[in-house]
Amino acid sequence: MVSPILELTNINKSFGHVHANKNINLTINKGTIHGIIGENGAGKSTLMSIVFGLYQANSGTIKVNGKEINLRSPKDSIINGIGMVHQHFMLVENFTVLENIILGFEGELVFGKNLEKAKKDLNDLCDTYKLNIDLNSTISDLSVGFRQRVEILKSLYRGAEILILDEPTGVLTPQEVDELFKILRSLKEEGKTIVLITHKLIEIMDLTSEVSVMRQGEMVGHTKTENTNKEQLAEMMVGRSVLLRLDKSEVKAGEVLFSVKNLTVKDDLDVTRVKNVDLEIRSGEILGLAGVTGNGQTELLEALSGIRKVESGEIYLEGKKVSDSQNFLDPRELKDKGLAHVPEDRQRMGLVTDFKAYENLIFGYHDQQPFSKSSVLNHRDIISHSKKIMEEYDVRPQSPNLITSNFSGGNQQKIILSRELNENPKVLLVGQPTRGVDIGAIEFIHQRLIDMRDRGTAILLVSVELDEVLSLSDRIVVMFDGKIVGEKENKNVTDRELGLLMAGVV
Amino acid sequence: MEFLSDIASLINSTLRISTPLVFAAMAGIFAERSGVIDFSLEGKMLMAAFVAAVGSYFLGNPWLGLLLAIIACVSLSMLHGFASVTYKGDQVVSCVAINILIIGLTTALAAAWFGQAGLTPTLTEDQRFLEVNLPFAESLKDVPIIGTIYSDILSGHYIFVYLAYLSVPLVFWVVFKTSFGLRLRAVGENPSAVDTAGINVFAMRYKALAINGVLIAFAGAHLSTAVNANFFREMSAGRGYLALAAMIFGKWHPKTALVACLLFGFTDALQIRLQGVELPAIGEIPVQLIQAIPYVLTVVLLAGFVGKAIAPNAIGQPYIKER
Repeated sequence: MVSPILELTNINKSFGHVHANKNINLTINKGTIHGIIGENGAGKSTLMSIVFGLYQANSGTIKVNGKEINLRSPKDSIINGIGMVHQHFMLVENFTVLENIILGFEGELVFGKNLEKAKKDLNDLCDTYKLNIDLNSTISDLSVGFRQRVEILKSLYRGAEILILDEPTGVLTPQEVDELFKILRSLKEEGKTIVLITHKLIEIMDLTSEVSVMRQGEMVGHTKTENTNKEQLAEMMVGRSVLLRLDKSEVKAGEVLFSVKNLTVKDDLDVTRVKNVDLEIRSGEILGLAGVTGNGQTELLEALSGIRKVESGEIYLEGKKVSDSQNFLDPRELKDKGLAHVPEDRQRMGLVTDFKAYENLIFGYHDQQPFSKSSVLNHRDIISHSKKIMEEYDVRPQSPNLITSNFSGGNQQKIILSRELNENPKVLLVGQPTRGVDIGAIEFIHQRLIDMRDRGTAILLVSVELDEVLSLSDRIVVMFDGKIVGEKENKNVTDRELGLLMAGVV
Repeated sequence: MEFLSDIASLINSTLRISTPLVFAAMAGIFAERSGVIDFSLEGKMLMAAFVAAVGSYFLGNPWLGLLLAIIACVSLSMLHGFASVTYKGDQVVSCVAINILIIGLTTALAAAWFGQAGLTPTLTEDQRFLEVNLPFAESLKDVPIIGTIYSDILSGHYIFVYLAYLSVPLVFWVVFKTSFGLRLRAVGENPSAVDTAGINVFAMRYKALAINGVLIAFAGAHLSTAVNANFFREMSAGRGYLALAAMIFGKWHPKTALVACLLFGFTDALQIRLQGVELPAIGEIPVQLIQAIPYVLTVVLLAGFVGKAIAPNAIGQPYIKER
């Protein structure tokens, strides 16, 4: 009854010195949802890119339905019924849905009859799986959730029997995730095989019937999902036991260190994104700001850190007014007054990714003693400081001379955190501290934030991960359409309650 | 009547002057829609002019000259592709290298073969393209309006003029109505999407560059074997850059690029017409000022409108599959 549809034997793949996949063996049974879990950089995406023909393995064999196949390009995979939904969508943004789907499978040189047939087939597929897609809409007008559906539809149209999804939920809201899971379950019922790559344990437990765990390029275990649990999987992923629940002491909030009164902020297109927001953050507490992406959190954070101009309202640091629409301190002056900022988009705003780690480790403090004297950088002290701090914050690899973009997401984040936390700020603004960061590093980063709080720092945590807000915060405010729509002590609050606030229902 | 024939001759020369621009802009559309910057239109046009003139001189047939020019330009396009697609070099640098190479090469070869730096021998009537008189042009000449349009404006151009304007709908059709065009546009917007659809990104870009080479060869041959009867040093005179500007102004779209080419052609025709003309109240305008009109217009148009033109998303970026 159970027959393997995809069998991988002894797959090896290296990128230069990095051995991304080591002797991987994997069997996936027909009609199942099979999870592949592992931390960022464990080699999951590389393995699946090999199955999809995007990369070529250095050695090993791949069998589909018991027949060995040679994958030289995605074309070979598509012919063999393998489809993939990539983490970054492979869509042409200014094309219509239809144009994206038929690309490469036009079936005719000059558009005509086949185009009509394709439309009909696609509408049938949309009905079968309730995808609800308008074929004539342009991709750039679609939400992320719908773009993902277009990717699924594209694979189905190209005849996929095995559908690989690479971290499909990373960019979705909780509601969109529910919708996606519904679609995936109905695909399974129609006999399709689904491979789900993720680093989120909850998705594995929710959706899959079998799970394979990868760590540092190796396959470290296979099991039926019903025979395992989150803790066990986390341990297999990280290679040691992991605390999934944070130990947190009772909050000892002190005086108000940072406050915002009636703040209004506009974005670059002159649209008001933050509307009359009031906030107070006390010493020794973490204030969590929850909300669906794009409800003004980004602009708020930018205004608070001095990057964006305040339209109206005031910002106070330690009771002294630092910014209003007329006079404002720039990020540098705010930094000098004890405000640190870990930006949401670490690669765009937090780091110069083409620079070396030690350069990023001192940015913003580079003109201070002992890093520079009379405007000349003191190389030796910078390196020794970098080594020390990289060890303290467990940045791996511990090489100050390595180019920053070569570090994994989690380690890049640790570089920013160590730089900002090392100055013992009075107020810390953190945006999406664990976006794209693996479990082991999440645990570490969360623990550091708690430590800072216990030492009396006032922390504003902006995150779209509801779990993160719930596990770290002492108090939670929810932002919707630029306004604060709710404030709760973090005691007995459920994610359902917050979810309703986030959706603007209440 | 005087006025009407002035207008007719102005339109007539606009069509002629715009011809190399149209070919070059269409060539540019193919390269850039595929994601490869083409600053080397200028160099390729110059190369085509040289090869067409020399080929026609030695072989005695302008068509053979054109064929050689096509081969030369496709080769240069492949060279550009080799450097910037296969070896992922900087596309602008590759183009600049080609442009500089061709200026020197044509001058040097002309000197070596014909003893005159940058000048090839004058072609005989057999060795060059002649004006094509459309059927009945002579007999319709005296019919008002129709005669002016048909006989004075449309008839009597070189073959390249007709080919250039025929190429525009053809390019439009290929780019927007065929599966090749869909892939071409996709590869310039998001090569990863093309790759994951099982299409070879590199092959697509080479194909686009090959078409680019063919089209630009026509522009060069038009200069040296049709409107002129020989090649002279730097005879492309910035037309490649002007065509590139027209293409950008036309938002990488054949129809609007055509309009831009005609506009540039018109200002050029106008400046030739205005030279030596005395305007009432102002008097004679200095010739330098008039000659500057097309360039001033280019700057004004580009400065004013280029902000709205959105280039293909992946332009200038070599495609790197593995990290």
